[in-house]
Amino acid sequence: MEPIVQPGMQPIATTFFFYLLSGLTLLSGVLVITRKNPVHSALALIFGLLAQAGLYLMLYAPFVAGVQIILYAGGIMVLFLFVIMLVNIERSQKEEQFNKQWLVGVLAAIALGGLFILVYVKGKSLFPYRIAQPIENSNTQQIGVMLYGQYMFAFEIASLLLLVAIIGAVVMAKKRI
Amino acid sequence: MLNYITSYLSSNTTPGQAGNVFWALVYIMVVFGGISVAVMAMNWLERKALAHFQIRLGPMRVGPHGLLQPIADAIKLMTKEDIVPAEADKFVFWIAPLIILCASFAVYIVVPFGPTHAITDLNIGILFMLGVSSLSVLGVVMAGWASNSHYPLIGALRSSAQMVSYEVAMGMAVVSAVLMTSLHGLGPYGVGVGTSGTGTLSMIGIVQAQQEQHVWFLFKFFPLGFIAFGIFAIAMVAETNRAPFDLPEAESELTAGFHTEYSGLRWSLFMLGEYAAMIAVSSIAVTLWLGGWYRPFPNTLTGETWDLVFSLFPGLTFLALAFIAFVGVARMPKHPYFRVQTIGLAGFGAVLALIGLILFAPPVRDRIQDIFWFVAKVAGFMYLYIWYRATFPRYRFDQLMKVGWKVLLPIGIGVLILTAILGVLL
Amino acid sequence: MTDRTITDPKATEAKTADPTRFLSHLELDQPDKTFLDSNELVINMGPQHPATHGVLRVILKLDGEQVLGTECVIGYLHRGVEKIAENRTYTMFNPYVDRMDYVAAVSNGLGYCEAVEKLLNIEAPPRAKYIRVILTELNRLASHQLWLGTHALDIGAMTPLFYTFRDREEILKIFEKYCGARLTTHAFRIGGCQYETYEGFERDVIKFLDFVPPKIDEYEELLTTNRIWLERTKNVGVISKADAIALGVTGPVLRASGVKWDLRKAQPYAAYSDFDFEIPIGANGDTYDRYTVRMEEMRQSLRIIRQAVERIPEGPIMAKVPKVMKPPVGEVYHSIEAPKGELGYFIVSDGSTQPYRVRVRPPSFVNLQALDIMVRGALVADVIAVIGTLDIVLGEVDR
Repeated sequence: MEPIVQPGMQPIATTFFFYLLSGLTLLSGVLVITRKNPVHSALALIFGLLAQAGLYLMLYAPFVAGVQIILYAGGIMVLFLFVIMLVNIERSQKEEQFNKQWLVGVLAAIALGGLFILVYVKGKSLFPYRIAQPIENSNTQQIGVMLYGQYMFAFEIASLLLLVAIIGAVVMAKKRI
Repeated sequence: MLNYITSYLSSNTTPGQAGNVFWALVYIMVVFGGISVAVMAMNWLERKALAHFQIRLGPMRVGPHGLLQPIADAIKLMTKEDIVPAEADKFVFWIAPLIILCASFAVYIVVPFGPTHAITDLNIGILFMLGVSSLSVLGVVMAGWASNSHYPLIGALRSSAQMVSYEVAMGMAVVSAVLMTSLHGLGPYGVGVGTSGTGTLSMIGIVQAQQEQHVWFLFKFFPLGFIAFGIFAIAMVAETNRAPFDLPEAESELTAGFHTEYSGLRWSLFMLGEYAAMIAVSSIAVTLWLGGWYRPFPNTLTGETWDLVFSLFPGLTFLALAFIAFVGVARMPKHPYFRVQTIGLAGFGAVLALIGLILFAPPVRDRIQDIFWFVAKVAGFMYLYIWYRATFPRYRFDQLMKVGWKVLLPIGIGVLILTAILGVLL
Repeated sequence: MTDRTITDPKATEAKTADPTRFLSHLELDQPDKTFLDSNELVINMGPQHPATHGVLRVILKLDGEQVLGTECVIGYLHRGVEKIAENRTYTMFNPYVDRMDYVAAVSNGLGYCEAVEKLLNIEAPPRAKYIRVILTELNRLASHQLWLGTHALDIGAMTPLFYTFRDREEILKIFEKYCGARLTTHAFRIGGCQYETYEGFERDVIKFLDFVPPKIDEYEELLTTNRIWLERTKNVGVISKADAIALGVTGPVLRASGVKWDLRKAQPYAAYSDFDFEIPIGANGDTYDRYTVRMEEMRQSLRIIRQAVERIPEGPIMAKVPKVMKPPVGEVYHSIEAPKGELGYFIVSDGSTQPYRVRVRPPSFVNLQALDIMVRGALVADVIAVIGTLDIVLGEVDR
């Protein structure tokens, strides 16, 4: 079965890009946990997030991809890097990379992976393979209409929560009000 | 194969939208080469214009009137010793300028030089541009950290804090402009049937919306468009760490900036990224407020004759440049030492005149219009950057942040709200 | 000449004492503090720095971005000028004096010559006094122009530097035509002037007086109402009237804090009492006031020069001075209003041809003490602005 093609956008080498982007994401995930230097881990995470933005593009969600780049890679990861760089990292580099319980961790990961594969194999027919696409509106407009129409209340609550977080951070960091 | 190549030529879209890989690659090569040449020209122009502002001459020796100076600088930087600080993290030290460079250059995928002259037209064009240019903050932070010395680190943190603060104000201004794309009415205060709901984030769409509404967004809902443009113009100077917001790279302050420890080619990559970012944000400003690739007065001065008059401008510009070159030739000293330079300048003038004459030919004339007007507007912004650097003193860092958060952001939000209200009412 | 070997035991002890003993309040004995463990940071603005106007070392103790205290380490340009004076005759020492405040060399020469004339009890003839006034005021203008250019450059405005240096060239051309040197002029002699004004001196000076006022307007246009300049200089480096008097600062720094004290009016010397000019006063004592005071001083200098050139009397230019100068035993202190403040010479004579002691009171040395007061609580970027606004010349601070 082929995914519906959006008029005006013609996918090229879908399979190749899918494997490339998901491979990059997986590789970056592995690098995040195996690097000793926290800055290298953060860099690997940035690459993973950018690859994920590419995957969103392949799912015909360009707005989500753009917002992923702006917020995650450009905002949250900069914050991560600030914190990592301001904290004394020599001590963390001298510590052990993995603790003594790594075997248990691997077994748990295998179990979780097996669970996912089981769900996919058994429930393949339940997942919608075709992505329902309205023809006129684009991803941005759809999100806008939903967010400011149907989910307006949740949107306002979320923005209020963010405001509280900002004020809390400023109050905690300031020495004099 | 040949069909694949020629089929694009008759289509009416950008290569990305047409899915034509070959032409997309051609466009990418052209844009990449063009931006590199533009960066070199910008380097020369900055030194010459700054010098003339300061009653000096600037580079005069390397090539006639210093025209070959950027090449000499490039060769010097490439052959300099590459010094890496002792305890620096080699991988991060290496990758930081690359991130800035790639972020600055990736933006050009969506820059519209004409209705079909863009590499592609993403329908989240402006969002993509803002997002990718915000990735250069990562490069700055990493450059400062990898130098393993706390002056560059402080400079990098300051610089990135400044860039992040002004991105917020830029975003507000951009959203104001994007709001205007969904309106119907013609002219600055046009009354239509409200919004059409077809506002667009795509760069080509924004320019076409300005064309349909018969007004540059600079003048839309005057003075709101103007204020939004002003906010963006100030924020873009702060975003690219240029004067008067260049405290993090100032030499007479304590912290010498995030690129202190970089030498030779690595430093030139920073400069390349900085100039490319300047051209990129200027093209955002031109697209959003200044009507992109449209010639001046597309709707008030219409008709065959006006089209003809404006289509002569590219050729006339190059002929004027050639004239200036020949005036320079006439004023060269008549000493045998200067013979090579005189001949070189005369040759350069001849090349410019030739290009000007080619641009008069009708088939070329029609095609080159869009690109010429876009590039001319961006060049105006580049000159403004140099003018700011020559004239203004530097802001202190706390004053800089105060301007970004306490002045630009509230005004930006105010403009946004007023634009939205007017857009619904009118 | 008396034998002056040092027998003071404390002096030898000083050679082996810990050189950082004057930095104890900066707590440098805690090396394990990384710059993020505590809030305080000690930063060194080293002798080599583009903005310290010479070889000045400033040790700053910072709390984040705010300055808690400063310590100036000077002496990098100490050349032993005062000691040299004890081994030269009075006339031989005259060229050395220019090298102290090398920016305003003519004023240094004026102060020294007048001090020795006071010691010798002779007076320069009126024509010499007028020539001295013209050249000194031209030098005041040149010194203020250099100050403006470098101060603006430190704050970030690159262009005024080139404008002021271009206009300063005209003054230096006049100096060169008069006495052969641009910078260290050695223009005056004890008892008057050596050189008669050259052919066309008055014409050159009057041409200069017409050339310069639009240029000063040009500098003001770039800076005075510029919002960024105002934000960088208003309320930065404030020193109150009481503090200024207590610390002994003089010159435009004192006048900007509101004290109407100018030696040209208070203790007139060298024909200044013949001229009609005003003393600009500031109100707040911040950097902006010092800027406006110096700009106005430039215009007043032009006024003085114009009056002097129009009324310059004829006559001899050198008083009757003995060939071998042996001033009577005694001491004299004579001070003049140099562009940077009160420049004083304390000369002790023991009756021989060489002075027993010459002590120079340099204005920059005393003004530099005010740096600590001015900069407490300000940000790091303001330190640069304040050093610029104090207008110090290290040649004079260190001698």
